[in-house]
Amino acid sequence: MDSITEGIRKAFLLIFSLDTELLGIIFLSLKVSGIALVIATITGLPIGALVGLKRFPLRRVTISLMNTFMGLPPVVVGLFLYLILSRSGPFGFMGLLYTPSAMVIAQSILAFPIVASLSHSAIVNVDPIIKQASMTLGATPFQVTLNMMREARYGIISGVIAAFGRVMAEVGAILVVGGNIAGYTRVMTTTIALETDKGNFELAIALGVILLMISLIINMVLHLIQRKGMVKSGI
Amino acid sequence: MSLVLSLTDIWKSYNGKPVLKDCSYSFGAGIYVLMGPNGSGKSTFLRICTLLENPDEGKINYFSDTHLSLPLLRGELKWGVFSENNIFKKRDIELKRRITLLLPRVGVFNTTVFKNAAYGLKIRGMGHDEIEKKVNTVLEFVGLSHKKNHNAIMLSSGETQRLGIARAMVIEPEALFLDEPTASVDQENTEIIENIILNMKEENGSTVIIATHDTSQAERLVGRVLIMQNGKIIEKTF
Repeated sequence: MDSITEGIRKAFLLIFSLDTELLGIIFLSLKVSGIALVIATITGLPIGALVGLKRFPLRRVTISLMNTFMGLPPVVVGLFLYLILSRSGPFGFMGLLYTPSAMVIAQSILAFPIVASLSHSAIVNVDPIIKQASMTLGATPFQVTLNMMREARYGIISGVIAAFGRVMAEVGAILVVGGNIAGYTRVMTTTIALETDKGNFELAIALGVILLMISLIINMVLHLIQRKGMVKSGI
Repeated sequence: MSLVLSLTDIWKSYNGKPVLKDCSYSFGAGIYVLMGPNGSGKSTFLRICTLLENPDEGKINYFSDTHLSLPLLRGELKWGVFSENNIFKKRDIELKRRITLLLPRVGVFNTTVFKNAAYGLKIRGMGHDEIEKKVNTVLEFVGLSHKKNHNAIMLSSGETQRLGIARAMVIEPEALFLDEPTASVDQENTEIIENIILNMKEENGSTVIIATHDTSQAERLVGRVLIMQNGKIIEKTF
Protein backbone atom coordinates (compact mmCIF):
# COMPACT_ATOMS: atom_id res chain seq x y z
CA MET A 1 0.00 0.00 0.00
CA ASP A 2 2.89 2.33 0.85
CA SER A 3 4.48 1.75 -2.51
CA ILE A 4 1.22 2.72 -4.22
CA THR A 5 0.80 5.99 -2.27
CA GLU A 6 4.48 6.77 -2.68
CA GLY A 7 4.17 5.98 -6.39
CA ILE A 8 1.22 8.32 -6.76
CA ARG A 9 3.02 11.11 -4.85
CA LYS A 10 6.11 10.80 -7.05
CA ALA A 11 3.96 10.54 -10.15
CA PHE A 12 2.32 13.88 -9.47
CA LEU A 13 5.75 15.40 -8.78
CA LEU A 14 6.86 14.14 -12.22
CA ILE A 15 3.75 15.57 -13.88
CA PHE A 16 4.03 18.98 -12.25
CA SER A 17 7.79 19.22 -12.78
CA LEU A 18 7.17 18.79 -16.54
CA ASP A 19 9.76 16.04 -16.76
CA THR A 20 11.30 16.05 -20.26
CA GLU A 21 11.29 12.26 -20.59
CA LEU A 22 7.64 12.18 -19.60
CA LEU A 23 6.75 15.00 -22.01
CA GLY A 24 8.63 13.24 -24.84
CA ILE A 25 6.68 10.04 -24.25
CA ILE A 26 3.33 11.88 -24.13
CA PHE A 27 4.16 13.86 -27.27
CA LEU A 28 5.15 10.71 -29.21
CA SER A 29 1.97 8.92 -28.07
CA LEU A 30 -0.23 11.78 -29.22
CA LYS A 31 1.71 12.14 -32.48
CA VAL A 32 1.56 8.43 -33.41
CA SER A 33 -2.10 8.08 -32.43
CA GLY A 34 -3.04 11.40 -34.06
CA ILE A 35 -1.45 10.52 -37.42
CA ALA A 36 -2.98 7.03 -37.27
CA LEU A 37 -6.38 8.56 -36.59
CA VAL A 38 -6.09 10.95 -39.55
CA ILE A 39 -5.15 8.05 -41.85
CA ALA A 40 -7.99 5.89 -40.47
CA THR A 41 -10.49 8.73 -40.90
CA ILE A 42 -9.41 9.59 -44.45
CA THR A 43 -9.74 5.94 -45.48
CA GLY A 44 -12.50 4.73 -43.15
CA LEU A 45 -15.01 7.53 -43.61
CA PRO A 46 -15.40 7.18 -47.42
CA ILE A 47 -15.59 3.39 -47.07
CA GLY A 48 -18.28 3.72 -44.37
CA ALA A 49 -20.21 6.18 -46.57
CA LEU A 50 -19.86 3.97 -49.64
CA VAL A 51 -21.10 0.87 -47.82
CA GLY A 52 -23.90 2.88 -46.22
CA LEU A 53 -25.19 4.55 -49.37
CA LYS A 54 -24.42 2.27 -52.31
CA ARG A 55 -25.60 -1.18 -53.21
CA PHE A 56 -22.89 -3.46 -54.61
CA PRO A 57 -22.03 -7.18 -54.63
CA LEU A 58 -20.53 -8.43 -51.34
CA ARG A 59 -21.85 -5.37 -49.47
CA ARG A 60 -23.16 -7.47 -46.59
CA VAL A 61 -19.88 -9.39 -46.39
CA THR A 62 -18.03 -6.04 -46.24
CA ILE A 63 -20.27 -4.86 -43.37
CA SER A 64 -19.66 -8.12 -41.47
CA LEU A 65 -15.91 -7.81 -42.03
CA MET A 66 -15.88 -4.21 -40.79
CA ASN A 67 -17.81 -5.16 -37.67
CA THR A 68 -15.56 -8.18 -37.04
CA PHE A 69 -12.38 -6.15 -37.47
CA MET A 70 -13.58 -3.66 -34.84
CA GLY A 71 -12.59 -6.31 -32.30
CA LEU A 72 -9.30 -7.13 -34.00
CA PRO A 73 -6.78 -8.37 -31.36
CA PRO A 74 -3.93 -5.80 -31.34
CA VAL A 75 -1.25 -8.43 -30.75
CA VAL A 76 -2.39 -10.33 -33.85
CA VAL A 77 -2.15 -7.09 -35.87
CA GLY A 78 1.31 -6.56 -34.40
CA LEU A 79 2.36 -10.11 -35.29
CA PHE A 80 1.01 -9.80 -38.84
CA LEU A 81 2.77 -6.47 -39.37
CA TYR A 82 5.97 -7.80 -37.82
CA LEU A 83 6.02 -10.66 -40.31
CA ILE A 84 5.57 -8.43 -43.35
CA LEU A 85 7.85 -5.62 -42.12
CA SER A 86 10.67 -7.79 -40.79
CA ARG A 87 13.81 -8.07 -42.91
CA SER A 88 12.73 -11.39 -44.42
CA GLY A 89 9.17 -10.18 -45.02
CA PRO A 90 7.76 -8.77 -48.29
CA PHE A 91 8.13 -5.14 -47.11
CA GLY A 92 11.33 -5.67 -45.13
CA PHE A 93 13.32 -3.59 -47.65
CA MET A 94 11.50 -0.46 -46.42
CA GLY A 95 13.17 -0.70 -43.03
CA LEU A 96 10.04 0.28 -41.13
CA LEU A 97 10.19 -2.24 -38.30
CA TYR A 98 10.90 -0.67 -34.89
CA THR A 99 10.11 2.83 -36.15
CA PRO A 100 7.25 5.20 -35.25
CA SER A 101 5.99 4.69 -38.84
CA ALA A 102 5.37 1.01 -38.13
CA MET A 103 3.45 2.04 -35.00
CA VAL A 104 1.35 4.45 -37.06
CA ILE A 105 0.56 1.67 -39.55
CA ALA A 106 -0.44 -0.69 -36.73
CA GLN A 107 -2.69 1.87 -35.08
CA SER A 108 -4.22 2.89 -38.41
CA ILE A 109 -5.17 -0.74 -39.03
CA LEU A 110 -6.80 -0.91 -35.59
CA ALA A 111 -8.62 2.44 -35.95
CA PHE A 112 -9.79 1.98 -39.56
CA PRO A 113 -12.59 -0.57 -38.92
CA ILE A 114 -13.89 1.48 -35.97
CA VAL A 115 -14.14 4.65 -38.06
CA ALA A 116 -15.56 2.79 -41.09
CA SER A 117 -18.07 0.73 -39.13
CA LEU A 118 -19.35 3.51 -36.86
CA SER A 119 -19.53 5.94 -39.82
CA HIS A 120 -21.50 3.32 -41.73
CA SER A 121 -23.91 2.89 -38.79
CA ALA A 122 -24.33 6.66 -38.45
CA ILE A 123 -25.01 7.11 -42.17
CA VAL A 124 -27.52 4.23 -42.51
CA ASN A 125 -29.42 5.67 -39.56
CA VAL A 126 -29.98 8.98 -41.36
CA ASP A 127 -33.60 9.23 -42.50
CA PRO A 128 -33.70 8.12 -46.18
CA ILE A 129 -35.95 11.11 -46.91
CA ILE A 130 -32.83 13.32 -46.60
CA LYS A 131 -31.29 11.55 -49.59
CA GLN A 132 -34.45 11.99 -51.64
CA ALA A 133 -34.88 15.62 -50.58
CA SER A 134 -31.30 16.37 -51.64
CA MET A 135 -31.95 14.70 -55.00
CA THR A 136 -35.14 16.68 -55.60
CA LEU A 137 -33.16 19.90 -55.07
CA GLY A 138 -30.72 18.92 -57.81
CA ALA A 139 -27.82 17.46 -55.84
CA THR A 140 -25.30 15.31 -57.71
CA PRO A 141 -24.58 11.84 -56.21
CA PHE A 142 -21.44 13.28 -54.59
CA GLN A 143 -23.39 16.19 -53.10
CA VAL A 144 -26.05 13.75 -51.84
CA THR A 145 -23.31 11.72 -50.14
CA LEU A 146 -21.82 14.84 -48.54
CA ASN A 147 -25.23 15.89 -47.27
CA MET A 148 -25.89 12.44 -45.79
CA MET A 149 -22.49 12.59 -44.08
CA ARG A 150 -23.30 16.02 -42.72
CA GLU A 151 -26.56 14.70 -41.30
CA ALA A 152 -24.65 11.82 -39.71
CA ARG A 153 -21.88 14.10 -38.40
CA TYR A 154 -22.50 13.51 -34.68
CA GLY A 155 -22.36 9.74 -35.12
CA ILE A 156 -19.28 10.02 -37.33
CA ILE A 157 -17.45 12.23 -34.81
CA SER A 158 -18.36 9.75 -32.07
CA GLY A 159 -16.78 6.99 -34.18
CA VAL A 160 -13.59 8.99 -34.74
CA ILE A 161 -13.27 9.75 -31.02
CA ALA A 162 -13.94 6.12 -30.12
CA ALA A 163 -11.17 5.11 -32.53
CA PHE A 164 -8.81 7.64 -30.92
CA GLY A 165 -9.62 6.21 -27.51
CA ARG A 166 -8.78 2.74 -28.75
CA VAL A 167 -5.43 3.63 -30.31
CA MET A 168 -4.34 5.76 -27.36
CA ALA A 169 -4.93 2.84 -25.00
CA GLU A 170 -3.42 0.24 -27.32
CA VAL A 171 -0.23 -1.57 -26.29
CA GLY A 172 0.06 -4.99 -27.94
CA ALA A 173 0.58 -4.06 -31.60
CA ILE A 174 2.90 -1.10 -31.05
CA LEU A 175 5.01 -3.07 -28.59
CA VAL A 176 5.59 -5.76 -31.22
CA VAL A 177 6.28 -3.45 -34.19
CA GLY A 178 7.74 -0.47 -32.29
CA GLY A 179 10.06 -2.39 -30.03
CA ASN A 180 9.65 0.10 -27.14
CA ILE A 181 12.96 1.85 -27.86
CA ALA A 182 13.62 4.63 -25.34
CA GLY A 183 13.40 8.09 -26.85
CA TYR A 184 12.34 6.70 -30.24
CA THR A 185 9.36 4.35 -30.14
CA ARG A 186 8.50 4.41 -26.44
CA VAL A 187 4.95 5.65 -25.87
CA MET A 188 2.76 5.91 -22.77
CA THR A 189 1.25 2.42 -22.81
CA THR A 190 4.47 0.58 -23.60
CA THR A 191 6.30 2.59 -20.93
CA ILE A 192 3.69 1.65 -18.34
CA ALA A 193 4.10 -2.03 -19.23
CA LEU A 194 7.90 -1.79 -19.07
CA GLU A 195 8.17 0.28 -15.88
CA THR A 196 5.64 -1.96 -14.09
CA ASP A 197 7.77 -4.97 -15.03
CA LYS A 198 10.81 -3.20 -13.59
CA GLY A 199 8.96 -2.27 -10.38
CA ASN A 200 9.47 1.42 -11.16
CA PHE A 201 5.97 2.56 -10.35
CA GLU A 202 6.36 6.38 -10.30
CA LEU A 203 6.68 6.84 -14.05
CA ALA A 204 4.12 4.07 -14.69
CA ILE A 205 1.57 5.69 -12.37
CA ALA A 206 2.28 9.19 -13.74
CA LEU A 207 1.64 7.95 -17.26
CA GLY A 208 -1.38 5.99 -16.06
CA VAL A 209 -2.84 9.16 -14.56
CA ILE A 210 -2.21 11.09 -17.79
CA LEU A 211 -3.75 8.31 -19.90
CA LEU A 212 -6.80 8.35 -17.63
CA MET A 213 -7.03 12.12 -17.97
CA ILE A 214 -6.83 11.89 -21.77
CA SER A 215 -9.46 9.14 -21.71
CA LEU A 216 -11.65 11.32 -19.49
CA ILE A 217 -11.28 14.30 -21.84
CA ILE A 218 -12.11 12.10 -24.84
CA ASN A 219 -15.25 10.81 -23.13
CA MET A 220 -16.30 14.30 -22.09
CA VAL A 221 -15.89 15.58 -25.65
CA LEU A 222 -17.81 12.56 -26.95
CA HIS A 223 -20.59 13.15 -24.47
CA LEU A 224 -20.77 16.85 -25.32
CA ILE A 225 -20.94 16.15 -29.06
CA GLN A 226 -23.66 13.53 -28.60
CA ARG A 227 -25.58 15.82 -26.28
CA LYS A 228 -25.32 18.67 -28.80
CA GLY A 229 -26.58 16.33 -31.51
CA MET A 230 -29.52 15.23 -29.36
CA VAL A 231 -30.45 18.80 -28.43
CA LYS A 232 -30.27 19.91 -32.08
CA SER A 233 -32.37 16.93 -33.10
CA GLY A 234 -34.92 17.81 -30.46
CA ILE A 235 -34.53 14.48 -28.63
CA MET B 1 -40.46 30.82 -67.29
CA SER B 2 -42.22 27.54 -67.85
CA LEU B 3 -41.39 24.03 -68.76
CA VAL B 4 -43.54 21.89 -70.98
CA LEU B 5 -43.52 18.31 -69.98
CA SER B 6 -44.86 15.59 -72.20
CA LEU B 7 -45.24 12.01 -71.03
CA THR B 8 -46.06 9.30 -73.54
CA ASP B 9 -47.15 5.71 -72.82
CA ILE B 10 -45.61 5.52 -69.34
CA TRP B 11 -45.73 2.12 -67.66
CA LYS B 12 -44.62 1.44 -64.10
CA SER B 13 -45.09 -1.67 -61.93
CA TYR B 14 -44.07 -2.60 -58.41
CA ASN B 15 -43.60 -6.32 -57.73
CA GLY B 16 -45.49 -7.17 -60.89
CA LYS B 17 -48.44 -4.97 -59.95
CA PRO B 18 -48.94 -2.22 -62.53
CA VAL B 19 -49.43 1.26 -61.09
CA LEU B 20 -49.18 3.38 -64.24
CA LYS B 21 -50.60 1.84 -67.39
CA ASP B 22 -49.95 3.50 -70.71
CA CYS B 23 -50.19 6.87 -69.01
CA SER B 24 -49.83 9.94 -71.23
CA TYR B 25 -50.25 13.65 -70.61
CA SER B 26 -48.70 17.00 -71.52
CA PHE B 27 -48.25 19.85 -69.06
CA GLY B 28 -47.76 23.48 -69.97
CA ALA B 29 -47.58 26.61 -67.80
CA GLY B 30 -50.18 26.87 -65.04
CA ILE B 31 -51.49 24.93 -62.08
CA TYR B 32 -52.56 21.30 -62.32
CA VAL B 33 -54.27 19.50 -59.48
CA LEU B 34 -53.79 15.74 -59.58
CA MET B 35 -56.36 13.77 -57.61
CA GLY B 36 -57.11 10.13 -56.97
CA PRO B 37 -57.44 7.61 -54.13
CA ASN B 38 -54.50 6.33 -52.11
CA GLY B 39 -52.39 3.93 -54.11
CA SER B 40 -53.68 5.21 -57.43
CA GLY B 41 -50.16 6.14 -58.54
CA LYS B 42 -50.11 9.92 -58.00
CA SER B 43 -46.82 9.90 -56.10
CA THR B 44 -45.24 7.45 -58.55
CA PHE B 45 -46.28 9.71 -61.39
CA LEU B 46 -44.71 12.76 -59.75
CA ARG B 47 -41.52 10.84 -58.95
CA ILE B 48 -41.21 9.72 -62.57
CA CYS B 49 -41.80 13.27 -63.83
CA THR B 50 -39.03 14.57 -61.57
CA LEU B 51 -36.55 11.78 -62.43
CA LEU B 52 -36.55 10.31 -58.93
CA GLU B 53 -37.74 7.04 -60.44
CA ASN B 54 -37.50 5.54 -63.89
CA PRO B 55 -40.51 4.36 -65.86
CA ASP B 56 -40.51 0.71 -66.93
CA GLU B 57 -41.48 1.88 -70.39
CA GLY B 58 -42.42 5.11 -72.07
CA LYS B 59 -40.98 8.45 -73.06
CA ILE B 60 -40.72 11.79 -71.31
CA ASN B 61 -39.91 14.93 -73.26
CA TYR B 62 -39.05 18.28 -71.75
CA PHE B 63 -39.32 21.47 -73.75
CA SER B 64 -38.56 24.88 -72.36
CA ASP B 65 -38.90 28.47 -73.50
CA THR B 66 -35.62 29.39 -71.81
CA HIS B 67 -32.01 28.23 -72.24
CA LEU B 68 -32.75 27.40 -75.86
CA SER B 69 -29.26 26.09 -76.48
CA LEU B 70 -29.68 23.03 -74.27
CA PRO B 71 -30.16 19.77 -76.19
CA LEU B 72 -33.16 18.79 -74.13
CA LEU B 73 -35.11 21.62 -75.78
CA ARG B 74 -34.81 19.95 -79.10
CA GLY B 75 -36.61 16.97 -77.64
CA GLU B 76 -33.46 14.88 -77.58
CA LEU B 77 -33.88 13.84 -73.99
CA LYS B 78 -36.00 10.82 -74.69
CA TRP B 79 -35.73 7.39 -73.31
CA GLY B 80 -37.53 4.15 -73.45
CA VAL B 81 -36.31 1.82 -70.75
CA PHE B 82 -33.30 3.16 -68.94
CA SER B 83 -31.30 1.74 -66.11
CA GLU B 84 -30.88 2.92 -62.53
CA ASN B 85 -27.28 3.90 -63.28
CA ASN B 86 -28.37 6.21 -66.04
CA ILE B 87 -30.35 8.45 -63.75
CA PHE B 88 -27.33 10.39 -62.61
CA LYS B 89 -25.93 11.25 -66.01
CA LYS B 90 -24.71 14.81 -66.20
CA ARG B 91 -27.43 15.78 -68.65
CA ASP B 92 -30.06 14.46 -66.25
CA ILE B 93 -28.59 16.57 -63.46
CA GLU B 94 -28.91 19.64 -65.69
CA LEU B 95 -32.55 18.81 -66.21
CA LYS B 96 -33.14 17.85 -62.58
CA ARG B 97 -31.96 21.29 -61.56
CA ARG B 98 -34.77 22.90 -63.54
CA ILE B 99 -37.57 20.90 -61.90
CA THR B 100 -38.20 19.97 -58.32
CA LEU B 101 -40.54 17.90 -56.19
CA LEU B 102 -41.75 18.71 -52.70
CA LEU B 103 -42.11 15.31 -51.05
CA PRO B 104 -45.05 14.57 -48.71
CA ARG B 105 -42.52 14.50 -45.87
CA VAL B 106 -40.25 17.48 -46.46
CA GLY B 107 -37.07 15.94 -45.05
CA VAL B 108 -35.54 19.00 -43.42
CA PHE B 109 -31.80 18.97 -42.81
CA ASN B 110 -30.48 19.12 -39.25
CA THR B 111 -29.31 22.71 -39.54
CA THR B 112 -30.77 26.20 -39.54
CA VAL B 113 -33.83 27.26 -41.52
CA PHE B 114 -31.57 29.58 -43.56
CA LYS B 115 -29.10 26.82 -44.46
CA ASN B 116 -31.99 24.51 -45.40
CA ALA B 117 -33.41 27.11 -47.76
CA ALA B 118 -29.96 27.89 -49.16
CA TYR B 119 -29.06 24.27 -49.94
CA GLY B 120 -30.29 24.22 -53.55
CA LEU B 121 -28.35 27.39 -54.37
CA LYS B 122 -25.21 26.28 -52.58
CA ILE B 123 -24.98 23.04 -54.55
CA ARG B 124 -25.34 25.09 -57.73
CA GLY B 125 -22.23 27.02 -56.73
CA MET B 126 -23.93 30.38 -56.23
CA GLY B 127 -22.00 33.11 -54.40
CA HIS B 128 -22.61 33.86 -50.73
CA ASP B 129 -24.07 37.36 -51.21
CA GLU B 130 -26.50 36.25 -53.88
CA ILE B 131 -27.58 33.26 -51.77
CA GLU B 132 -28.20 35.51 -48.79
CA LYS B 133 -30.29 37.92 -50.86
CA LYS B 134 -32.40 35.23 -52.52
CA VAL B 135 -32.93 33.16 -49.37
CA ASN B 136 -33.93 36.18 -47.31
CA THR B 137 -36.48 37.16 -49.97
CA VAL B 138 -37.96 33.66 -50.12
CA LEU B 139 -38.07 33.24 -46.34
CA GLU B 140 -39.88 36.57 -46.12
CA PHE B 141 -42.29 35.34 -48.80
CA VAL B 142 -43.20 32.16 -46.87
CA GLY B 143 -43.25 33.97 -43.52
CA LEU B 144 -40.24 32.28 -41.95
CA SER B 145 -37.68 35.10 -41.91
CA HIS B 146 -38.06 35.53 -38.15
CA LYS B 147 -36.98 31.89 -37.71
CA LYS B 148 -34.09 31.83 -40.14
CA ASN B 149 -31.52 31.05 -37.45
CA HIS B 150 -33.65 28.38 -35.73
CA ASN B 151 -32.92 24.70 -36.25
CA ALA B 152 -35.32 23.48 -38.91
CA ILE B 153 -36.04 20.27 -36.98
CA MET B 154 -37.77 22.33 -34.29
CA LEU B 155 -40.34 23.85 -36.69
CA SER B 156 -44.05 22.96 -36.54
CA SER B 157 -45.49 20.82 -39.34
CA GLY B 158 -47.00 23.85 -41.06
CA GLU B 159 -43.72 25.76 -40.86
CA THR B 160 -41.86 22.68 -42.10
CA GLN B 161 -44.07 22.54 -45.20
CA ARG B 162 -43.50 26.25 -45.78
CA LEU B 163 -39.76 25.71 -45.46
CA GLY B 164 -40.04 22.87 -48.00
CA ILE B 165 -41.75 25.25 -50.40
CA ALA B 166 -39.13 27.95 -49.71
CA ARG B 167 -36.35 25.43 -50.38
CA ALA B 168 -37.98 24.56 -53.71
CA MET B 169 -38.91 28.15 -54.64
CA VAL B 170 -35.46 29.58 -54.08
CA ILE B 171 -34.02 27.55 -56.95
CA GLU B 172 -36.69 29.06 -59.22
CA PRO B 173 -37.77 25.80 -60.85
CA GLU B 174 -39.44 25.89 -64.21
CA ALA B 175 -41.74 23.12 -63.04
CA LEU B 176 -42.65 22.54 -59.39
CA PHE B 177 -44.27 19.29 -58.28
CA LEU B 178 -45.91 19.10 -54.86
CA ASP B 179 -46.98 15.78 -53.37
CA GLU B 180 -49.80 16.45 -50.92
CA PRO B 181 -48.27 19.64 -49.53
CA THR B 182 -51.19 20.39 -47.19
CA ALA B 183 -52.04 16.85 -46.03
CA SER B 184 -50.62 17.31 -42.53
CA VAL B 185 -51.11 21.01 -41.85
CA ASP B 186 -53.89 23.08 -40.29
CA GLN B 187 -56.34 25.35 -42.10
CA GLU B 188 -54.27 28.48 -41.52
CA ASN B 189 -51.11 26.97 -42.97
CA THR B 190 -53.08 25.42 -45.84
CA GLU B 191 -54.25 28.91 -46.82
CA ILE B 192 -50.72 30.31 -46.56
CA ILE B 193 -49.33 27.49 -48.72
CA GLU B 194 -52.09 27.89 -51.32
CA ASN B 195 -51.42 31.63 -51.51
CA ILE B 196 -47.71 30.96 -52.02
CA ILE B 197 -48.53 28.58 -54.89
CA LEU B 198 -50.90 31.09 -56.51
CA ASN B 199 -48.28 33.83 -56.21
CA MET B 200 -45.65 31.59 -57.77
CA LYS B 201 -47.84 30.97 -60.78
CA GLU B 202 -48.65 34.66 -61.19
CA GLU B 203 -45.15 36.01 -60.62
CA ASN B 204 -43.06 33.36 -62.38
CA GLY B 205 -45.53 31.75 -64.75
CA SER B 206 -44.27 28.40 -63.49
CA THR B 207 -45.72 24.99 -64.18
CA VAL B 208 -47.08 23.75 -60.84
CA ILE B 209 -48.44 20.22 -60.41
CA ILE B 210 -50.02 19.33 -57.06
CA ALA B 211 -51.16 15.91 -55.91
CA THR B 212 -53.91 16.23 -53.30
CA HIS B 213 -56.95 14.58 -51.77
CA ASP B 214 -58.65 17.89 -51.08
CA THR B 215 -61.37 18.39 -53.70
CA SER B 216 -61.92 22.02 -52.76
CA GLN B 217 -58.21 22.78 -53.18
CA ALA B 218 -58.58 22.53 -56.97
CA GLU B 219 -61.26 25.22 -56.91
CA ARG B 220 -59.20 27.48 -54.67
CA LEU B 221 -56.12 27.11 -56.84
CA VAL B 222 -58.13 27.57 -60.03
CA GLY B 223 -56.18 24.80 -61.67
CA ARG B 224 -56.89 22.09 -64.16
CA VAL B 225 -58.14 18.99 -62.39
CA LEU B 226 -56.62 15.68 -63.37
CA ILE B 227 -57.85 12.36 -62.04
CA MET B 228 -55.57 9.37 -61.72
CA GLN B 229 -57.76 6.40 -62.59
CA ASN B 230 -56.75 2.84 -63.49
CA GLY B 231 -53.14 3.96 -63.94
CA LYS B 232 -54.06 6.69 -66.41
CA ILE B 233 -54.56 10.44 -66.17
CA ILE B 234 -57.97 11.76 -67.14
CA GLU B 235 -58.64 15.48 -67.35
CA LYS B 236 -61.81 16.42 -65.54
CA THR B 237 -63.98 18.93 -67.30
CA PHE B 238 -66.62 20.97 -65.49
